[in-house]
Amino acid sequence: MRSKLTPVLLLIAVILLAAFPFVGEKFYIQLIAKVMIMAIFAMSLDLLVGYTGLVSLGHAAFFGLAGYVLAKAAPQYAAANLWTTLALALVACAIFALLTGFLVLRTSGIYFIMVTLAFSQMLFFVFHDTPFGGGSDGMYIYAKPEMKIGETALLDLEDFKVLYWFTLGLMTLVYLFLRQVLDSNFGRALIGIKTNEHRLRALGFPTFRYKLASYMLSGTLAGLAGYIAALQFGFVNPEILSWHVSGSVLMMVILGGMGSLHGAVLGAFVFILLQEILSNQSWFGPIAKHWQLAMGIFVIIVALLLPQGLVGLGSTFRKKHKASGGHG
Amino acid sequence: MDFAFVLIQLLNGLQYGLLLFLVASGLTLVFGIMGIVNLAHGSFYMIGAYLAWSLAGMLDSFAAAVLLGVPLTVILGMGLERLLFQHLYHRDHLYQVLLTYGLILVFEELRSVLWGDDVHGVAVPALLSGSIPLTDTLSYPIYRLVISGFCLLLAGALYGLIQKTRLGMMIRAGSSNREMVQALGINIKMLYTLVFALGVALAAFGGMIAAPVSSVYPNMGAQVLIICFVVVVIGGIGSVWGALLASILIGMTDTFGKVLLPEYAGMSTYLLMVLVLLWRPEGLFKRG
Repeated sequence: MRSKLTPVLLLIAVILLAAFPFVGEKFYIQLIAKVMIMAIFAMSLDLLVGYTGLVSLGHAAFFGLAGYVLAKAAPQYAAANLWTTLALALVACAIFALLTGFLVLRTSGIYFIMVTLAFSQMLFFVFHDTPFGGGSDGMYIYAKPEMKIGETALLDLEDFKVLYWFTLGLMTLVYLFLRQVLDSNFGRALIGIKTNEHRLRALGFPTFRYKLASYMLSGTLAGLAGYIAALQFGFVNPEILSWHVSGSVLMMVILGGMGSLHGAVLGAFVFILLQEILSNQSWFGPIAKHWQLAMGIFVIIVALLLPQGLVGLGSTFRKKHKASGGHG
Repeated sequence: MDFAFVLIQLLNGLQYGLLLFLVASGLTLVFGIMGIVNLAHGSFYMIGAYLAWSLAGMLDSFAAAVLLGVPLTVILGMGLERLLFQHLYHRDHLYQVLLTYGLILVFEELRSVLWGDDVHGVAVPALLSGSIPLTDTLSYPIYRLVISGFCLLLAGALYGLIQKTRLGMMIRAGSSNREMVQALGINIKMLYTLVFALGVALAAFGGMIAAPVSSVYPNMGAQVLIICFVVVVIGGIGSVWGALLASILIGMTDTFGKVLLPEYAGMSTYLLMVLVLLWRPEGLFKRG
C-alpha cells in the first residue's frame, strides 16, 4: 500500500500542519493538537493490532497511566520538570506493559481481547476507588511541565502554539521511529508472527519475547500520547482509562487502515473531526447531544463495508468491482 | 462477624454469582456456537432492565413486564442477527469487536433518547417482597432467593436443551461443522438466528430480574459485560461448568471484598483473574 508518492504526500501534510497555527484560530489549533496526540496513540496501537496481530481492547490503560504519573509527580502549584516526569511516565508504562504482558500474552485471540480489557478495567478501579488516584473527580495539573536544559528554557509549553508544534514534532518522530522499527529485522519478525506464528516459532524465533517487546513498545508509546494529553488538558480523571477510550482508538486504527502507520494518523484525524462535527450544537441543534448514535452507526458501517479502512478504499472498491464483474 | 451476617453475605454472593452465570452463559453460547465476540451483550442486559422498568410502570405488574419483555428481546435478537451479525461469521474477531462496539454506542444513545439518563428503582413484586428473619435484627429478602432459584432453573433448562434435545443436537453439530449440517438438510441459518436470539434473551432476562435489586441506570451494561468476560477467562471458553464455578467464585470474591476491603473490592475480581492466568492460562476448565 506504500507507493513512491507516499513520502512526498506525507511531507506536504507535515508542512501544511506546521503552517496551520499561522492562520488558524486558537480553538482549532488546540483541536488539531489533540488530534495529533490521538494519532500518536493510534500509531502505538497499530504496532500491536496491525503489525503484530494482537487485538487489544485495553490500550487506554497506558494512556491513562502516563497521565496519572504526571499528575502525581508534578508539584501541586509549580511546574514539573518535563524530562524527569516524562521519563517516569514512560518507565511506569513500560513496567506495567512488562508485568501485564507476561499474563496477557499467555492468551491469544478472543482471550487476548477480553484479558486486555479486564486489565485496563482493573487499573480504572485502582484510580477510581482508592484514595491514591483522587476518585472520580481526578486530579488537576495546574502548570505545564517545563522543558529546561540547565537554567535555559527550551520551549514554553504554556503557549498553545508552541505546544502544537511540540506535538507535531513528536508525532513525526514517532512515525519515523516506528517506520525504522518496522523496516528492521525485528519489525519483519512481528509481521511474520501476525501472518503465521507457528512457522516463525519453527524457524527458531522466540516469538513470545518478540510479542512482549512489541507490547512494551506499543504501551510505552501510548504512554507518551497519554502524557502529552494530560499536559494539554491540564487534568486527569478515571474516564481516560475507560474502555470507551480503548474502543475509540481501536476504531481510529481500523478506520484508517490496519497495518499502515499513516492510516492510523488519518484514522485519528477523521474520527476526532467527525466527533467534533457531529456534536456541534450550532449545526445540529438539540440532536447534537445524541451524536454517539450517528457515531455508532458510522462504526457499524465501517465494520461491515470497509475492512481495509480508508487507506485501502481503492483496493476494496476494485475488489468489489472485479467480483461483481466476474459474476456478471 | 456473626454467623447470620456471614450467611447473608454467602447468599448475596451466590445470588450475584448465579445472575452473572445467567448473563455469561448467553455470551459463551453465542461465542462457543457461532464464534462471535459480542461486546453488545452488556447492552442487552441493560435493555432488559429498562424494559422491565418501563413495562412494569405501564402494566402495573412486574411479572407481566417480564412475560412481555422476554419475547420482545427475542424478536430484537432475531432482527439483529438477520440484519448485522450474519455478515460477521467468517470475519476476523476484530470486525466483530468493532461492529458490536458500534452497537453499544447506538443502544446507549437510544436508551438516552427513549428513557432518559436518570436512575430508576423497580419495585419488588408484592408477592415476593417479604423477607425471612434470621436473627432478631437481620433478615434475608425472599426476592434474592427467587433470583438464585430462577437462575439455577434456567441453567438446568439450558443444559437440557443443548445436551438432551434434538434441537440441541443440531446446535452442537452446527457449531462443529456448519457446512456439513447444512448439507444434511438442516436450516442452519434459522438455527443460528435462534441461538443468537436465545443469547440476547438470556442477557435481557438477567437484566430484568436484577432490576428490582440493582436499580436501573445508564451504562449498567458495560460493567456486567466486563465481569462476564472475566467469568469466561476464568472458566474457560465453551465450558458450562467452568462458567458456573467462575461466576460463583467471582460473586463471592466481590461480595466479601466489598465487606472486608471496600476500597479495593473493585479490583478483587481482576486479581482473581490474574491468579488464574498465572496458574492456568486457558481457564479452569478447558473445553475438551
